[in-house]
Amino acid sequence: MRTSSVLVALAALAAVFFALPLVGLLAEAPWSAVTTTLLSPRVASAAAISLVASASAVVLGLALAFPLAWVLARTRFRGRRWLRGLVLLPMVLPPVVAGVGLLTAFGRRGLLGGALDAMGISIPFTTVAVVLAATFVSTPFLVVTLEAGLAGLDRRLEDAAATLGASDARILVTVVLPGLAPSIAAGVALAWTRALGEFGATITFAGNLRGRTQTLPLAVYETLQTDAGAAIAISLALLAICLLAVVAVRGGLFREPPL
Amino acid sequence: MSAKTEAAPGTGLDARMIVERGRFRLEAELTAPPGITALLGPNGAGKSTVVAALAGLAPLADGRVVAGGRVWEEVAAGLRLPPRARGVGVAFQEPRLFPALTALDNVAYGPRSRGVPRAESRRRAEAWLERLGAGHLAPRRPSGLSGGEAQRVALARALAADARVLLLDEPLSAQDVEARAASRRELADALAAFEGVALVVTHDPIDALTLAGRVAVIEAGRVVQEGGAEDLRRRPASPWVASLAGVNLLRGRLATTTRGDAVLECEGLRLSVLPGDLAAGRMAAAVVPPRAITLSLAPPRGSARNVIAGTVVSVDPAGDRVRVTLDTRPPLTAEITRESLADLGIDRGTAVHAALKVTEIEVFSV
Repeated sequence: MRTSSVLVALAALAAVFFALPLVGLLAEAPWSAVTTTLLSPRVASAAAISLVASASAVVLGLALAFPLAWVLARTRFRGRRWLRGLVLLPMVLPPVVAGVGLLTAFGRRGLLGGALDAMGISIPFTTVAVVLAATFVSTPFLVVTLEAGLAGLDRRLEDAAATLGASDARILVTVVLPGLAPSIAAGVALAWTRALGEFGATITFAGNLRGRTQTLPLAVYETLQTDAGAAIAISLALLAICLLAVVAVRGGLFREPPL
Repeated sequence: MSAKTEAAPGTGLDARMIVERGRFRLEAELTAPPGITALLGPNGAGKSTVVAALAGLAPLADGRVVAGGRVWEEVAAGLRLPPRARGVGVAFQEPRLFPALTALDNVAYGPRSRGVPRAESRRRAEAWLERLGAGHLAPRRPSGLSGGEAQRVALARALAADARVLLLDEPLSAQDVEARAASRRELADALAAFEGVALVVTHDPIDALTLAGRVAVIEAGRVVQEGGAEDLRRRPASPWVASLAGVNLLRGRLATTTRGDAVLECEGLRLSVLPGDLAAGRMAAAVVPPRAITLSLAPPRGSARNVIAGTVVSVDPAGDRVRVTLDTRPPLTAEITRESLADLGIDRGTAVHAALKVTEIEVFSV
């Protein structure tokens, strides 16, 4: 189909819609106060919690996603499509619902609450809860990219390695993981930025306790009620981190496909 | 089980393989003593399926594979060794090099997987690459190799695996025409010291006959014939075998006459040939298509430089033509029409002259 001028105009309008909030952040930013805001103890501790929680979520997510992606990509069984649906559900679930769900599973009166209590473990409103919430919402991105990566691997290479005497573990390390590296990088970039921005599930399941569960997005939300300038400053920092992460890990994201 | 393998237990390969892959069914019996056996067949005959089955990559629906005195697979007994436990070296038809590793580390992969220390593995890998004329490729990654180069590296990787059975699937297919004769010679040299069973899979009868003393012919998923080149020629088990085995293959040494012409000395024959870039003193094989030989009762006066006198030992029908074999050493087979046979009055015992045009003779180094 021909590219009509109407389409071009509509595309321009759409671009403005996406650009305006960014421009707003930049225009309204209290530039003189940005440094002091970001270095304040409260923001520093929120940043530390955010970084630790999102990194932990990605590591935990990789451990969960790899076996799931393998089973989904390499085996055929009844209910495989249901399993995939279940695993991908957090991508479309309202985060607050995810948070309520996590409470009903791991909360003090939840399904596992009694058992955890007996062991002297209480998860809600701790940093562990922040990690679990971030893992729950971000891992589906890893599953999707790893499954696609595994499906795209040339299994004949694994056969060749097997004939050469390689054990399954050696084949995994020397053939599968190197072949999967681009998918792992893409998945990590997506999952990490999703974990970093997590809000709804975190505030529901982990609460908003400064120094324990308050992440950067929660700090933005709280600050916005009293000091809009500070909220904008933290938002800019988050924006910069996300942009850097995506560009650094997936430089190819902005590469042009041929027309 | 054939008497052949019982006579030499514990050395060769003895396989009865039934493999079902979609609509294709392989039902092949294959025996191979230590040394080189060619598995020859047209495209789609099931050659690569045999490789996959022997390597343990395609499970047998039924059958039994014994190699080097060990049972690799026996369906009735529920026994199946995984690929890594078989001690097999495979050069696949597509090279299947590991893209993340250099050529050297690809070749060192087999020894490394079997616990040989890194430095020693690399040393062996380097030696094999050198031997196949690919030493300069060692630091390169597979993405930077041409098809022919990648094939050489894959071949080195299979040879470096220290296997009891080598499976080489079309090992020369990606070599370009000029390099092919040299590659064939390098492969023959590399395999000469190998003590196990080497199965060279090919669709090219020249590769099969020049590399291997023994040929197994596979067609439509069945091994239709096993034997030496002479067996195939004398008793072709199928029209396809007949069409390729009727070819005269003469092995000998290249020499130069006092007039400076190249000749191939082959037992009792001296054939004028166009040797290309092959030097005198080389071992070579000449291929003479049977239709390129004309027969006459009196010495011919044409342009043919090769005229050989002989006596007819057999006359065999081959479709609408006949094959006439002479008592020369080695025997030559000509294929002529039934009309010429009648015109010349040729029968067993007739003395004839065979004329071979120099340009019709292909010469290969072996």
